[in-house]
Amino acid sequence: MKKAYYIFHKDFSSELRMRFALNALIMFVVVSLSTILFAIGSEKATENVYAGMMWVVVFFSAMSGLSRTFVSEEERGTNLILSLIAHPVNIFLGKFLFNLVLIFFINTIIAILYLTLFSGFVIQNWYSFILAFVLGNIGIATSSTIIAAIIAKANVKGTLYPVLAFPILLPVILMLIEITKSAMVGESISEVQSEFFVLLSYDVVMLTASLMVFDIIWKD
Amino acid sequence: MKSILRITVFVLITLVLILSIVPPIVETPKNFFEFPLIPGLEDKAKIIFFHVPTAWLTVIAYLIAMLYGIRFLKTKDIYNDMKSVSSAALGIVFCFLATLTGSVWAKFTWGSFWHWDPRETSIFILLLIYGAYFALRSALDNEEKRARLSAIYSILAFLTTPFFIFIMPRLMIGLHPGALEIDPTTGQVKASSNPVIKFEMAENMRVVFFLSLTAFTLLFFWLWNLSYRVLRLKYKLQTEMQES
Repeated sequence: MKKAYYIFHKDFSSELRMRFALNALIMFVVVSLSTILFAIGSEKATENVYAGMMWVVVFFSAMSGLSRTFVSEEERGTNLILSLIAHPVNIFLGKFLFNLVLIFFINTIIAILYLTLFSGFVIQNWYSFILAFVLGNIGIATSSTIIAAIIAKANVKGTLYPVLAFPILLPVILMLIEITKSAMVGESISEVQSEFFVLLSYDVVMLTASLMVFDIIWKD
Repeated sequence: MKSILRITVFVLITLVLILSIVPPIVETPKNFFEFPLIPGLEDKAKIIFFHVPTAWLTVIAYLIAMLYGIRFLKTKDIYNDMKSVSSAALGIVFCFLATLTGSVWAKFTWGSFWHWDPRETSIFILLLIYGAYFALRSALDNEEKRARLSAIYSILAFLTTPFFIFIMPRLMIGLHPGALEIDPTTGQVKASSNPVIKFEMAENMRVVFFLSLTAFTLLFFWLWNLSYRVLRLKYKLQTEMQES
């Protein structure tokens, strides 16, 4: 467990120094949000459109930023050293933690920008929204980390990543859209109880499966 | 001995084609060769004998592909990977067929080719998973690595399919039997009232339905065996040429 933290710490401090992913991601968020702003203009969209658009931005920013963790190790050729010092499970946990922190940071920025820029996007049930936000981020971070590990071994990395991740992430995205819609209308948590159960079970299932298969991916 | 499966498949498929298309649909069926009339479906009900087996085989083919993927990971035997790929390749064909038959049925029963009903979404996702699986395979040129990583991807993707196939179609409002419905009188969301969900199919239709299911499943296994053998021969030829 301690080694997982060290790997997380290594990635985190190198990210703070170089800001490889962060700067590009923030710009990505700004660009995609302004595209939506231009497209919607002063028109009033429905809850469906607002909730959908928000998670579309989240999905694509995750797709553009989260693959770096493993791809950079592969490009610099440091993955062999990494496998010398730590057990695959620890490597996965460290990378997962880093992606989790990154996605929480980026998605918080997206949510704040979204709430301030779109006057039609008003959350009435904050508990439901925040709970979904947390569970959803864990799910997105898990799946994108394990897909990033697969993608790092392939020849065409950039284009393949969203293709592979989309069908796997779709249950989370669909549930998040449903819950966000209900939170905007102001329904209580019990109305979307089953959606929360799906999110929770998805997180548990994907994390367990990822931990189980990661060392097969990692060992060449 | 080897041709038994082939002949059975041929006989069963012919039988299914005749039994599902020929019997007329009448309001009060008197003998075995008449199907009862279902209001709103009429003659279109017959497509169920082709739509459901293809959709069922889409999932079965994927399950087999994943199981042989796991087997490959355990044994590192490249032949298991070939079984896995040939099953997935057939699965994508059945997935197209299920989408096509469903789409035609939807056009004439619900009014348009596509509705984003939860089950239509789930077959679309399966199509995407199959597409991603083959995209991943073509991006890896090392044989062992290709087999290993695509097996892992098929496991990961298989974990999400229960959400699409079993959970979401029952959680959301949709048009297929089993999904939630909106009560036309009160406007409230209610559980499905479609008779198909409790298998209230007419006796003779049920016989044809299960016959069709068996026939298509056997057809799948025959085709799977065939395409696996082709792949194996190709592989053997390749290694022989490399050695000589």
